[in-house]
Amino acid sequence: MRRYALRFTALGYLLLVLLGPLAMVFVRAFDNGLDALWKTLSDPNTLHAFWLTLLITAIAVPLNTVFGVVCALAIVRRRFPGAGLVNAIVDLPLAISPVVVGLSLFLLYGRTGWFGPWFQGHGVQILFALPSMVIATIFVSLPFVAREVVPTLREIGDEQEQAASTLGANGWQTFWRITLPSIRWAIIYGVVLTTARCLGEYGAVAVVSGNVEGKTQTATLRVQDAYENFNQSGAYGIALVLAAMSVIVLVAMTLLRPKEEAA
Amino acid sequence: MYLCTMPMNKVKLALVAAVLAALAAASAAAAGTNLSLVGYSTPKAVMAKIIQAWQQTPDGKDTSFSQSFGASTDQARAVANGLKADLVFLSTGDDVNLLVDAGLVDSKWNRQAYDGIAADTVVVFAVRNGNPKHIKGWNDLIKPGVQVLTPNPFSSGSAKWNVLAAYGAQRRLGKTDKQATAYVQQLFKHVVSQDTSGRNATNTFLAGKGDVLITYESEALNARLNGQDIQYVIPRQSMLIELPIAVLKNSSNKDVANKFIQFVKAPTAQALFAQFGFRPVNPKVAKNYADKFPSRPGIFKIDDKIIGGWRHADAVWFDPNKGRMVQIERAVGGPTSG
Amino acid sequence: MRWEGLRLAETAHAAAIGRPSRRSSREGAAAATLSLGFTTAYLSVIVILPIAALIWASTQGGIRQFWSVATAPEAIAALKLSLGAALVVSLLNAVFGTITAWVLVRDDFRGKRVVNAVIDLPFALPTIVAGLTLLALYGPQSPVGIDVSLTRKAILLALLFVTLPFVVRTVQPVLLELDLEAEEAARVLGASEARVFRSIVLPNILPGILSGVALAFARAVGEIGALVLIAGNTPFKTEVASVFVFLHIQGGDQAGASAVAVVMLAISFATLLLIGGLRFLATRHERA
Repeated sequence: MRRYALRFTALGYLLLVLLGPLAMVFVRAFDNGLDALWKTLSDPNTLHAFWLTLLITAIAVPLNTVFGVVCALAIVRRRFPGAGLVNAIVDLPLAISPVVVGLSLFLLYGRTGWFGPWFQGHGVQILFALPSMVIATIFVSLPFVAREVVPTLREIGDEQEQAASTLGANGWQTFWRITLPSIRWAIIYGVVLTTARCLGEYGAVAVVSGNVEGKTQTATLRVQDAYENFNQSGAYGIALVLAAMSVIVLVAMTLLRPKEEAA
Repeated sequence: MYLCTMPMNKVKLALVAAVLAALAAASAAAAGTNLSLVGYSTPKAVMAKIIQAWQQTPDGKDTSFSQSFGASTDQARAVANGLKADLVFLSTGDDVNLLVDAGLVDSKWNRQAYDGIAADTVVVFAVRNGNPKHIKGWNDLIKPGVQVLTPNPFSSGSAKWNVLAAYGAQRRLGKTDKQATAYVQQLFKHVVSQDTSGRNATNTFLAGKGDVLITYESEALNARLNGQDIQYVIPRQSMLIELPIAVLKNSSNKDVANKFIQFVKAPTAQALFAQFGFRPVNPKVAKNYADKFPSRPGIFKIDDKIIGGWRHADAVWFDPNKGRMVQIERAVGGPTSG
Repeated sequence: MRWEGLRLAETAHAAAIGRPSRRSSREGAAAATLSLGFTTAYLSVIVILPIAALIWASTQGGIRQFWSVATAPEAIAALKLSLGAALVVSLLNAVFGTITAWVLVRDDFRGKRVVNAVIDLPFALPTIVAGLTLLALYGPQSPVGIDVSLTRKAILLALLFVTLPFVVRTVQPVLLELDLEAEEAARVLGASEARVFRSIVLPNILPGILSGVALAFARAVGEIGALVLIAGNTPFKTEVASVFVFLHIQGGDQAGASAVAVVMLAISFATLLLIGGLRFLATRHERA
């Protein structure tokens, strides 16, 4: 009896908060029929928004992956004073609001910021252009690879690496042949999480991008734009595509987590 | 095992690259000039049509546009902060003056054709279907229980027009400066939500909040065009809203931008404005659409004596430290900045 | 055993030849400097410099000015609303998240694996889409007639959506590792289910619940995307701290925006410390 009560509570909660609303996206996206949905999705500015989102993701993910692995190695394998501080700073983006991220970039690269005048003087546009959007996205998606690789590195220990170096392997060989394969699932899982975060970024990019259609408007910004311009079914259409991407990411997460935990 | 997955990764990489390339090709800007237009929150639909028409002309054949729409004052500030623009289409001369003061727009912008104005509209009250609260004039707005929507005057151009219209209407009815200001404070006691922009206020009203939305006539008509169930009333005393368009001094496409502005003030574009609910500035076109846009004897303008022009109104009402709106907002618990 | 043998072999080898261990330690030092240098440079450019610029900009006019701006009525109202909503949502998550974790670990039913996967959806879904989905079901055109848009309830709803996985995912692994024998023994000795839960299960999962709550709290305080469409931004009523900062940036009020942002930053730091502390306590508990 208690079992059914608990099950009912949990499933009911999930339905009310999570699944019910999500199902509505499917319904509302087709409000005005397939034609209208196609029109919205094939609009050049919508296509550009998706392209921009993917471009930013394609830049941010590899950078954060390299950083995550290097940083994890530095924290776990090289014991240096301040490793704890570095670890904490890496975790910081998880706890900061995206608007605070956006504001800090605004203040750093803006007209009266530390770097703003220098860049403006050299004709380089940081704010209201791609660079600030990429930096913002890198900031908010920074921790994921590192956070997955650090505990894995700690768990597997460095005996094999030590053994390899006594057998004559140099640093790079040890890394490539021993370390990397042993953390590969952690990296892949971290990459999946990073990708999801990049695709879904809104707050920080909304502050720094200027929201120029066809130039600096990402898919998430376009959802809001469509909604506010009396194009609700269009907003739901774009949201549907984003939700579909999220489901793909979710499937990847589900399939990879046991591998990651087993490794 | 890691090495075995390398070919698969290469295939995946190739797929991603192909998708990116396809999307990039599909959305690539046309060769030729790209003009950046920064606009206030509501004219997106009409500008899309005007740009389409412009691109059919020999002058506009090879031009493409990047557009951004948002609250007028916020947009002006963004441009002042570095948002690239060739043209601005804002909702108040006050916001263009912000750019003049930032050195980005020529101070003689309002000596262009039609005083630098692209189109007009008027302040109206949008009400629920059937007008259940019987709202006809400004005094109906301060009746007990009436909930009013107007945007935040520190971020929205529409809100500035609404404040000045409310004040000016009282002055036209014979009230003194002090009494008219007191009315504005009374009015803001009835305001239940101050969105950042005119468009956001429209959406809040359409979502069911408030009894009356003070907005542009063009916005009410535009909402109707989009199938929204909206009814509006033009009060006897109302204000003529003049919507300015200007080129930026640091634009690298000044010639094309100026040609576009000329097109905007020419009959084709003016007729499009009228179809989308704006009052044309071109007198010939305006005559053709006279029955769509009722005149009101009590319509006054920004440069009338009772208002005194944008510079004066800005100093008196919208100064971020000493303006009357700061005091009024403090008194009613509203936002004191944009 | 194998490791010991290798260690001896290494020492002998190094002693015999001398070079490899010195080379590898030199190499190690070079790699360490490089990796540390890269890490520091990356973190500085991406994280540290922007945060430093924020703190510097907010204290530009002196501490007194910072304080007066940060304690302005609208700012205080926004911060109070954020903290209050985050607290309520975290506590709700503590209850429902634990129940969900319990059901996922101890119960079995068709589709449980799908449900388990779906829990992570708020991690994967863009927050603006989350807000839109809630608007579809609980907004002006709700098919079930519930309209909470532009109210405080909408804030709670949106925050519940985005923080849903946290407590579930921190409690699940603990529940999985729990030894059922202690509970069985207690039941055999006559303890009621409630007693079993209170005295045996709860103390074990409490660190998991607390760290999930702390993560949910940190997330809820800073949320923006899910709130933008559904919650509105009426000061003193539905304007949370993140929306306050957003609006004041757009409105050119950098002083106000920075002040509240720095307060939010301090809350983030404090929550991270709390999470770290809880993690430390939990591992100490394990080691004990």
